[in-house]
Amino acid sequence: MAETTYLEAIKQGLREELLRDERVFLLGEDIGVYGGAFKVTKGLVEEFGEERIIDTPLSESAIIGAAMGAAVMGMRPVAEIQFSDFSTNAFTQIVNNVAKAHYRYGAVVPLTIRCPSGGNVHGGPYHSQNPEAWFTQVPGLKVVAPSTAYDAKGLIKAAIRDNNPVIFFEHKYLYRRIKETLPNEDFIVPIGKAKVQREGQDMSIITYGAMVHYSLEAAQILEKEGISVEVVDLRSLLPFDKDRILESVKKTSRVLVAYEAPLTGGFGGEIAAVIADEGFEFLDAPVRRIASLDTPVPFSPPLEEFYMPNPEKIAEAARNLMAY
Amino acid sequence: MPKSKKENPITFRKDDIPSLEFSHEDFLNLYYFMKLSREIELRVINLYRQGKILGGVYSGIGHEAISVGSTFVLGEEDILLPMHRDMGAHLVKGQTVERILAQYLGKEAGVTRGRDGNMHHGDLSRGIVGMISHLAAMIPVAAGVALASKLQKKNRVALTFVGDGGSNVGDFHEGLNFAGALKLPMVLVIENNQFAYSTPISKQTAAKNLVDRAAGYGIPGVIVDGNDVLAVAKVCREAVERARAGRGPTLIEAKTMRMRGHSEHDDHAYVPPELLETWKGRDPIQQYERFLTENTLWTSDEREEIEARVKKEVDDGVDFAEKSPFPRGEQALEDVYAPVE
Repeated sequence: MAETTYLEAIKQGLREELLRDERVFLLGEDIGVYGGAFKVTKGLVEEFGEERIIDTPLSESAIIGAAMGAAVMGMRPVAEIQFSDFSTNAFTQIVNNVAKAHYRYGAVVPLTIRCPSGGNVHGGPYHSQNPEAWFTQVPGLKVVAPSTAYDAKGLIKAAIRDNNPVIFFEHKYLYRRIKETLPNEDFIVPIGKAKVQREGQDMSIITYGAMVHYSLEAAQILEKEGISVEVVDLRSLLPFDKDRILESVKKTSRVLVAYEAPLTGGFGGEIAAVIADEGFEFLDAPVRRIASLDTPVPFSPPLEEFYMPNPEKIAEAARNLMAY
Repeated sequence: MPKSKKENPITFRKDDIPSLEFSHEDFLNLYYFMKLSREIELRVINLYRQGKILGGVYSGIGHEAISVGSTFVLGEEDILLPMHRDMGAHLVKGQTVERILAQYLGKEAGVTRGRDGNMHHGDLSRGIVGMISHLAAMIPVAAGVALASKLQKKNRVALTFVGDGGSNVGDFHEGLNFAGALKLPMVLVIENNQFAYSTPISKQTAAKNLVDRAAGYGIPGVIVDGNDVLAVAKVCREAVERARAGRGPTLIEAKTMRMRGHSEHDDHAYVPPELLETWKGRDPIQQYERFLTENTLWTSDEREEIEARVKKEVDDGVDFAEKSPFPRGEQALEDVYAPVE
């Protein structure tokens, strides 16, 4: 069986859920005939028609607000924010309206918000951000960030079936670079469960999104130096798999948290805090973080390369941690 | 659809009575709901002064004709997305006096079980989607409710409100444009009460009439006398029928006056007293009472019966709310997430 790209896996997940449940529909900018800015939804309007694959006006707040209204009335919308950077235009709707409706008056809001995110694509300050931490502080939302084709498909399907709003951060850098063979049968990846992508003994790298792949590359480099690295892929950020993290910490006693957003206030800080709080007695060294620099995402390749983590930088941070 | 009458908002006259197709009971019910809305709010203000209400009190005194008249023409299946001065709309949709009053007191029996205060509540079992404090934010949601109606072939209409101040927020534009572009069954009523907190409409916008914005979205706009409950009902009924017929959204501007402060802590000293005096003479409830009497649409017995019923319901509601227990602290953790299927 042919290998499936991360992008194709998302489309397969959307298509299967559209077939499975007539309440599912997609809405967003340019998602119909054009197939979306990245072609994730290409071909779906031909198969499912304009009533289920809805091209909307350029209005992020209206897209999310309308998706919420439809969800409250029993539909299961999947809204696309063309670039996650533009989620700011819908911030009120996501953070104040969608997230709190169940708590305030029991509304069920089964809404999936697709947010293409991430850098290393030379997109500049407004087409490259990793804004997950804007949302992980909001009870009522669920936030996922798959790193593999299997997880992308399994998590988009789980998100659509979930009775809560789920923000789905799909990484643009991975769209066509990552592929694998997927099972033929229906499957989901449960929200809230981490996955160990590589077993190791000497230290743990806790990570998610594109940084999973960089961390795995770093682990290969370090293996040649005699350092055995375990890579834990969070997959879900809200809720996140605290048990799995602590299990890994207990085993390796050293932790590096790797994430692509700017260092300060990033979601990795929460992971570091939880480990310091609940795993202190297992640690042989401080919890360290490797993340992007505290600047907007720069455009020019040398600037962006300097800004972002890469396998070498992760490996170097890991060596320092081992030397502690 | 009536054309927008720029200088003279649509009002209701005796000759228009048949056009409403209202029964005798309908005429009485309009009075009942407006009176009940007013009575609850007066009692809430009283409770506020006694220090029994924790948050603010944002009353809809003066707005009763808009919230009652517009919601009264909805069908049972239609969905309401009210704002904070729409007590009457909740009542018409069937929300109980007890639960509303318990809501103000932060009690477990309140509509949000103590999670939110004052008029920030919704009840989907009665077709009411709850508002948030961010003004105009419910307009895109109303468009989504209308979109679901279309996709589900339900033929239900979404009715929502915004104030003159809220009409300047981006969501007003996004939601109305979205509904217009997709031809969704939505009705948006602007409650133009001339002040956004302390800021008069003249400082909010250079537009003479807020309804003029409808032209920019390619949808009809109508101005109505917001203190004339029958005029509001007539205009809204036409808009609802238009929406139901698949002809898209309508923007209605109901002109009125906010008769109290933005909330009860605000003495609204910034409002010229003569302006309030003029509008006091046009009180929506008194105006409707005169209409019913002049056109012999009720008897004095019927009027007294309604007034006694309203008083008793509010007395009982206050009693219920005051005696109701508060939620327990640990209940704060419940219902953050819906159970997954």
